[in-house]
Amino acid sequence: MKRKDAREFWRSLDELADDPAFRARLHNEFPTAVEAIVDPVERRSFLKLMGASLGLAGVTACTKQPVEKIVPYVRQPEELIPGKPLFFATAMPLGGVGVGLLVESHEGRPTKVEGNPTHPDSLGATDVFAQGSVLDLYDPDRARAVTNVGEIRPWPTLLLTVRAALAGQEPLKGAGLRILTESFSSPTLVAQMQQVLQRYPEARWHQWDPAARDAVYSGARLAFGEPVETQYRLDRADVIVALDADFLTSGPGSLRNARHFAARRRPSEADRMNRLYAAESMPTGTGAQADHRLPVKPGDIEGLARQLAVAVGVAGVSAGGAVSGDAAASAAAWVAAVASDLQAHKGRSMVVVGESQPAAVHALAHAMNVTLGNVGETVVHTEPVVASPVDHAQSLRELATAMAAGSVDILLIMGGNPVYSAPADLEFAAAMGKVPLRLYFSPYDDETAELSHWHVPQSHFLESWGDVRAFDGTVSIIQPLIAPLYATRSAHEILAIFGATPEKSGYDIIREHWLQQTGLGVPGNEDDSTPEFERLWRGWLHEGVVPDTAFAPKAVTLHAGAVGAGSALSGTGMDIQFRNDPTVLDGRFANNGWLQELPKPITKLVWDNAVLVSPKTAAAVGISPYPAMQGGERGQQVSEIVEVKYKGRSVRGALFPVVGHPDDAVTVHFGYGRRRGGHLVRGAGFDAYAIRTSDAPQVGRGVEITPTGERYSLACTQGHHSMEGRGMVRALTKDEFLREPEAVHHGFETPPRTLTLVPEYKYDGYKWGMAIDVNVCTGCNACVIGCQAENNLAVVGKDQVMRGREMHWLRIDSYYRGESENPETYFQPVPCQQCENAPCEVVCPVNATVHSHEGLNDMVYNRCVGTRYCSNNCPYKVRRFNYLLYQDWTTPSLALGRNPDVTVRSRGVMEKCTYCVQRINEAKITAEKAMRKVRDGEIATACQQACPTEAIVFGDLNDPNSRVARMQAEQRNYAMLAELNTRPRTTYLAAVRNVNPELGG
Amino acid sequence: MADSVQAIPEARGGPALVPVIAPGHSFATVTQKITEVVLRKDTPLGWFLALAPSLAIAGALATALTYLVLTGIGIWGNNQPVGWAFDITNFVWWIGIGHAGTLISAILLLFRQQWRTSINRFAEAMTLAAVACAGIFPLMHTGRPWLAYWLLPYPSTMDLWPNFKSPLVWDVFAVSTYLTVSALFWFTGLIPDLATLRDSSKSKVGRRIYGLLAMGWRNSAYHWQHYEIAYLLLAGLSTPLVVSVHSVVSFDFAVSVLPGWHTTIFPPYFVAGAIYSGFAMVLTLMIPLRAAYGMQDFITMRHIENMAKVMLATGLIVGYGYSLEAFMAWYSGNKYETFMMWNRMTGPYWWSYALLILCNVVTPTFLWSKRVRTSVGALFVISIIVNIGMWLERFVIVVTSLHRDFLPSSWGRFQPTIWDFATYFGTIGMFMTLMLLFVRFLPMISIFEIRTLLPSAKVNQSPGHGH
Repeated sequence: MKRKDAREFWRSLDELADDPAFRARLHNEFPTAVEAIVDPVERRSFLKLMGASLGLAGVTACTKQPVEKIVPYVRQPEELIPGKPLFFATAMPLGGVGVGLLVESHEGRPTKVEGNPTHPDSLGATDVFAQGSVLDLYDPDRARAVTNVGEIRPWPTLLLTVRAALAGQEPLKGAGLRILTESFSSPTLVAQMQQVLQRYPEARWHQWDPAARDAVYSGARLAFGEPVETQYRLDRADVIVALDADFLTSGPGSLRNARHFAARRRPSEADRMNRLYAAESMPTGTGAQADHRLPVKPGDIEGLARQLAVAVGVAGVSAGGAVSGDAAASAAAWVAAVASDLQAHKGRSMVVVGESQPAAVHALAHAMNVTLGNVGETVVHTEPVVASPVDHAQSLRELATAMAAGSVDILLIMGGNPVYSAPADLEFAAAMGKVPLRLYFSPYDDETAELSHWHVPQSHFLESWGDVRAFDGTVSIIQPLIAPLYATRSAHEILAIFGATPEKSGYDIIREHWLQQTGLGVPGNEDDSTPEFERLWRGWLHEGVVPDTAFAPKAVTLHAGAVGAGSALSGTGMDIQFRNDPTVLDGRFANNGWLQELPKPITKLVWDNAVLVSPKTAAAVGISPYPAMQGGERGQQVSEIVEVKYKGRSVRGALFPVVGHPDDAVTVHFGYGRRRGGHLVRGAGFDAYAIRTSDAPQVGRGVEITPTGERYSLACTQGHHSMEGRGMVRALTKDEFLREPEAVHHGFETPPRTLTLVPEYKYDGYKWGMAIDVNVCTGCNACVIGCQAENNLAVVGKDQVMRGREMHWLRIDSYYRGESENPETYFQPVPCQQCENAPCEVVCPVNATVHSHEGLNDMVYNRCVGTRYCSNNCPYKVRRFNYLLYQDWTTPSLALGRNPDVTVRSRGVMEKCTYCVQRINEAKITAEKAMRKVRDGEIATACQQACPTEAIVFGDLNDPNSRVARMQAEQRNYAMLAELNTRPRTTYLAAVRNVNPELGG
Repeated sequence: MADSVQAIPEARGGPALVPVIAPGHSFATVTQKITEVVLRKDTPLGWFLALAPSLAIAGALATALTYLVLTGIGIWGNNQPVGWAFDITNFVWWIGIGHAGTLISAILLLFRQQWRTSINRFAEAMTLAAVACAGIFPLMHTGRPWLAYWLLPYPSTMDLWPNFKSPLVWDVFAVSTYLTVSALFWFTGLIPDLATLRDSSKSKVGRRIYGLLAMGWRNSAYHWQHYEIAYLLLAGLSTPLVVSVHSVVSFDFAVSVLPGWHTTIFPPYFVAGAIYSGFAMVLTLMIPLRAAYGMQDFITMRHIENMAKVMLATGLIVGYGYSLEAFMAWYSGNKYETFMMWNRMTGPYWWSYALLILCNVVTPTFLWSKRVRTSVGALFVISIIVNIGMWLERFVIVVTSLHRDFLPSSWGRFQPTIWDFATYFGTIGMFMTLMLLFVRFLPMISIFEIRTLLPSAKVNQSPGHGH
């Protein structure tokens, strides 16, 4: 050891030796402090520092946190009044694509998200995931601290470990470094990733998203030679053909699609009504909306698309792999009719293909759209929205191979839970075990965290800075609503460890990126912003979008021979289709009680996935096509566990027959059968990933189902889908409607209003009412969960749902009509009907439910003793009773997320929809202060606000010009069970289907 | 006070009826026989053997109710749409059973049916016990039973009153009135007998307690005069209650909009059903007790057969009610009513409807036969079947109407839990316990009224047969 000046103080032998390795380690652990430590401190300056420190010690109470300004959407922060919420614009990234949101914040706590009307992918609406995201923020099961093999470790220890490992990679140019991410579109994160890859040129970036849109991009590559994004302009399309495409209720851009689609479905503008054909396997909201739906096995969609392409005259295509079995005849008729309709609407039609169909089908659709002259009219191509649209299955396979070969030294997994979601054939978990340093960044301590050395908890998007692109490319800055609840980090901060500035905050990273992008830094000191940038930045945050960042349409040319090669499935056996679950997606929302208890569209199952087949296939397998309804039509449905064998692997799950599903095909949903990651994820459903292979990640053939004889109880909120001639949903064809609009009411009686002994009550002032257009309800569930978030609805759990005790104030009933193999499906959202002659009110012994002078059927929780008589006497069964203490009163984090404007109900109390009375009262107070009446549209109920198709409209019926009054004046308007003379304030507008006469009604 | 019972058949020329009291009894033997049960020092082993299980089952009730208050109604199987199930079924069943007491005490008294004398005390006690059991359900089936007093019209500081339009508030009045009047009637009837017990009791404690309860009864003519007037007035007061209570209970259903509940026939059909089940329960209890305590002299075959006849008559009314319900469902042409009836007969709860018809309509037809009516064993079995049938009737009305009402989307099913059964059987245990305490500590047959039936009591009233 080199002897230094003997008078010098030293703290450790390392410091005394002062060798370069020590300095490097110090630099990695305390990068900013390194100079101070390396510089020898004089006695005098030491005393000076000590004196100053002591002097300043008393001032520490005034420590100023770094200023990271966020900007409210409608009100200025100085207007913050306790009890008055503020709204901030932000965006929720999901699958790499952002949905713009306005988030309601009560005293700094985000409680409710709404869509951002200025955001192109929201237009004011939200999907179920955005609504459910608030609960994720407050989830008590979130990972809260950095851990190393289960032990909590300080952040600097992680930094030290990573920087040390990276130092080892420097000479190798990062050859041993692998980063695995999900799809993302964040421009800042893309730039960061590029910097990391520049620094370590040999490092590799892999991507894995279990429901990645691989086929979309490879289909575009086939057709146009480049991975373009296809944007649908449904507002311009007269004829739409959906090939296994649920473009209305799932996937990026679906909210915008639904809005534009619904705008062309108003029977009041009958000549503008579009026509939707859907050929699909698993019934979806899009299929339910279709004027003609054709159930087709997932593997036969390509054959159908090929037939259609031939029929519309696509050059160079040959028919092949036709639709098999009994469906062939109906499919041929369908194709002929669809093709002639498409040809009659050249330039005003579109063919849409679902993400779970293989590339060849996408290429066929592109060819059809080009042939029909739709490109540039109804269909626009742009740059891909996600960064680097690689083939995810291939990308993950390469990573697994490299890991298995031992050539990976550092693995950073940024989200996605690949240990759970990777295709079974990759043996990902085993391969991952060979990596010497495994870092995992995610919100939960899940399956992947279990196999990682380090787990870094991920910040929720509501508590971290970021940016994200909408499906059309528009950028939104994600601004946090709250400081991180736990010691969590954002993706930007994690990737920064691998860059040059490991300690930079998310805020600084995002701002600096955009400062560079705009070039509005102070000349000479590019890190300082000019006032011009500040003005822009505030504007972006305020509006929730960065203007003019949408992708420009891209000219594409169809490659010759793009559609020649068929890849249709051959062989025999049943088809299988893997899909994202409608409520928990790929499993990422499996610990979200709201989403778990959200009845899945069509099946109405909660808390479970199931092996979904047609009733006929169920019978062929030897299982009753109708599960035993032990707990009743709503409640417990006892089904049988089957073994699903596919490609030598098998999984066991409960069979559930779905009407409208094609025969000889199986649909399985991801997201269940999890082992770790919160106390709600375990024990529900089965893991569909266990039989999924990387070569056929979406659709395959040759699956076998064998009954095991074992019984399994599913929780199902609606088991009876026949209307029994009671006319809850009324539907006509367009021709019938135009010929005789009153036909909606034929066969149904409405008692005259004079049929009363007491004079009718006169509603002066406001007269609240709601109209729900059944015609455009896609059953997407956004209203249900929007209501749950707004009104503090409790989650009750599978056992209680099996007893028929779920607490949703608003439910979506679905009814079938027509043939049993392929019925028409109608959705009907049912909130409290707010009857003027409310049967519930007269029977309450304690006046706990009473009528307001504005016509609201008020529920006084404090007064309720819980006789349940009101619920028995409610013909609509919209009342919900707290049979047990369903609200979690003890978990502190959940208390933060509740809406302070709505009472949290106790056990033994009845509750029901209030038309969001808290919103009504707030608007009334505001209006009264301004000495005016509440304007139409000023009050939006939570369900109305979430609805992508604007099917739900609320307002004042005393104002003849209000939207609701005009809707209720339409001929399609009817009241459910009007014959009971309950006089509901909520009415429905009948569905009108634009049927092609060639295919019949 | 009445004509000699023996005179009636002779006047009609029919066969001689079994007398309402066996021959050979004197005032002393009657008193001795009845008071002996109460005053004997050694409690018979059989009584303990009966009390032990009853108390145990009543203990299950206490457990179930404690758990219920601590946890919530969710421990039962009630749900959406079946908001009421075992709770209201049991309530109506017990209230119905309670009807026999008032009917026997009041209406038969006013109609001068002397045979009532031997059974009225017992039936009244049974009424009180049954109403006590019934009262548990409307109270405990509320979500927040500690606030159930809000159903009472008391002047609260918030100026809040119950909703007088709600049949549940009517229930509160009807049932509490019934309980009050029945208790008064029963106690008034007990006073002369309590005095008898006071005078015959050998123990000091017995004399004190019975003396306190006898309220200074001295058997003076003055007392008797007031007593007879008071008793008759109470009988008059109770009479409308026989009809009103169960009519009001039936309004819980009839006033609603639910198919299967919204029925105008409910009040009379409920009253008939109540009497039906009340008499069945009296028979169920009386037949074994009569044998156990050797009371065949006072509760003769005449009583038994008369009760069987009442059961036959009310059973026919109930059967008529069922058939009219079905007829109206069809005749109304109302799709909801038609479906409801069809669902009752063929839906998932078809077994309950089929059993109900078997128990309540088919079984009582055996009572047309005098042989059955006079066979104690057969009647015991039939009375139990009718009790089960009447419980099923309420179950059918409550559950099968609720489980599939207007919107098929909300159709559901009810599955009872162990706590539903614990609560139901628990009230039976409580009922049995109360009855056993009654037979041990109070005269189960009215001593002074039995005395009036003796030939020696009629000396001065029937000069035609005089001495």
